[in-house]
Amino acid sequence: MSNIPANLKYASSHEWLRADGDGVYTVGITEHAQDLLGDMVFVELPEVGDTVEQGGDCAVAESVKAASDIYAPVAGEVIAVNEALADSPELVNSSPYAEGWMFKIKIADEAQLASLLDAAGYQSAIEE
Amino acid sequence: MAQKTVLHASHLAAGAKMVDFFGWDMPINYGSQIEEHHAVRQDAGMFDVSHMTIVDLTGANTRNFLRYLVANDVAKLTVPGKALYTGMLNADGGVIDDLIVYFLQEDFFRLVVNSATRDKDLAHINAQAKAFDVTVTERPEFAMIAVQGPNAKAKVATLLNENQLAAVAGMKPFFGVQAGDLFIATTGYTGEDGYEIALPNEQAADLWQRLVDAGVKPCGLGARDTLRLEAGMNLHGQDMDESVSPLAANMGWTIAWEPAERDFIGRAALTQAKAAGTEKLVGLVMEQKGVLRHGQRVVTPAGEGVITSGTFSPTLGFSIAMARVPAATTDTAEVDIRGKMVAVKVIKPAFVRAGKKLV
Repeated sequence: MSNIPANLKYASSHEWLRADGDGVYTVGITEHAQDLLGDMVFVELPEVGDTVEQGGDCAVAESVKAASDIYAPVAGEVIAVNEALADSPELVNSSPYAEGWMFKIKIADEAQLASLLDAAGYQSAIEE
Repeated sequence: MAQKTVLHASHLAAGAKMVDFFGWDMPINYGSQIEEHHAVRQDAGMFDVSHMTIVDLTGANTRNFLRYLVANDVAKLTVPGKALYTGMLNADGGVIDDLIVYFLQEDFFRLVVNSATRDKDLAHINAQAKAFDVTVTERPEFAMIAVQGPNAKAKVATLLNENQLAAVAGMKPFFGVQAGDLFIATTGYTGEDGYEIALPNEQAADLWQRLVDAGVKPCGLGARDTLRLEAGMNLHGQDMDESVSPLAANMGWTIAWEPAERDFIGRAALTQAKAAGTEKLVGLVMEQKGVLRHGQRVVTPAGEGVITSGTFSPTLGFSIAMARVPAATTDTAEVDIRGKMVAVKVIKPAFVRAGKKLV
């Protein structure tokens, strides 16, 4: 069974989103996603200051198996990226919901949160 | 219904992630492919290769049959136990499969061929064997475990009896010997020292467990692929196939042109291909971020080529690949990575051997 924390929101493309307050949201990929991809070898992150659209590709996770686009779960401005992933991409495997976070977005429109899945919704999405 | 090796339950018990490999349910990794890769480069790891096909050839005319069947020349095998790597070609000079031949006795040779090509291989071998009165016997009753790495032989040695130890003492690379119930060969697909051990199916799970207890790390097909690619070893179906000449697959060294009077299947086509010139298989190195992948387009001043195998090299810390490119390609090229042209170095296809970086 994959770990799917109840306090996060999810996109069906396997990103998670965590509210940090003040309209800032942290984004990463789920435990299920990292398990599908296998050992991570590079993570190409967006630039701080980039504006991203909901569903737009904004990062690339390269694993031993494949290169996978990471999509922004909501629109907004990238205000931080996880610099630690440059030297330790394996954090995405070992700690997908904490140290393996990817970037933080200052959300443009909180109404977009309604289009995301909760933990139960994501669970059923990956069981299909 | 996927086929299972006799070690299937051992893999599941060890938490392996299983994938379909040409009809076989096989472990891709047991957690971390990269850790498994490093175990083989630095210590000792093992692979279940029981899906591979062992074929025994018997009969007085077996040597003559093999001199016709494969492109390398088994006349080179003069000492019992000695093995030879070769391509088995079709009449058009394409590679039906690559395989290892062991010379065991004058009327008994053993082949180990790929599982993905098993059906084609057996049909071809059986059809060709008739004229030579050679008996072709597949040996599905044998499992096979490859134990590889700088400490592999020492760890295996702790499990062998006195007679088996004597049988493998001083064995040079590319030899095989029957030692009790074990057929032990100094071959492998990783570029490291080690053994490939064939043994009766019913003994395999026990040996596997005793190897785990001796400190040998189970490794999946994922690590097997990155290890063989670092070692510059071809994967049939990817780096060459029936439509590719061995001359275009870095297998020129496996073609025995002499003696000129030896006829072998594909010889005429190969002779023509050599005269006409072929593409070549090279190594690519990309030290910047990103991973070279199978199928990516390679652009050189001499024309375009394609990546046949690409991966992140855990030993080197950057990406490497094998690519088929025009013969006139020199030392640089560009690869189309998801629409971006990236400069790469072109080298001979060998990146890491015996723990040493060649790049």
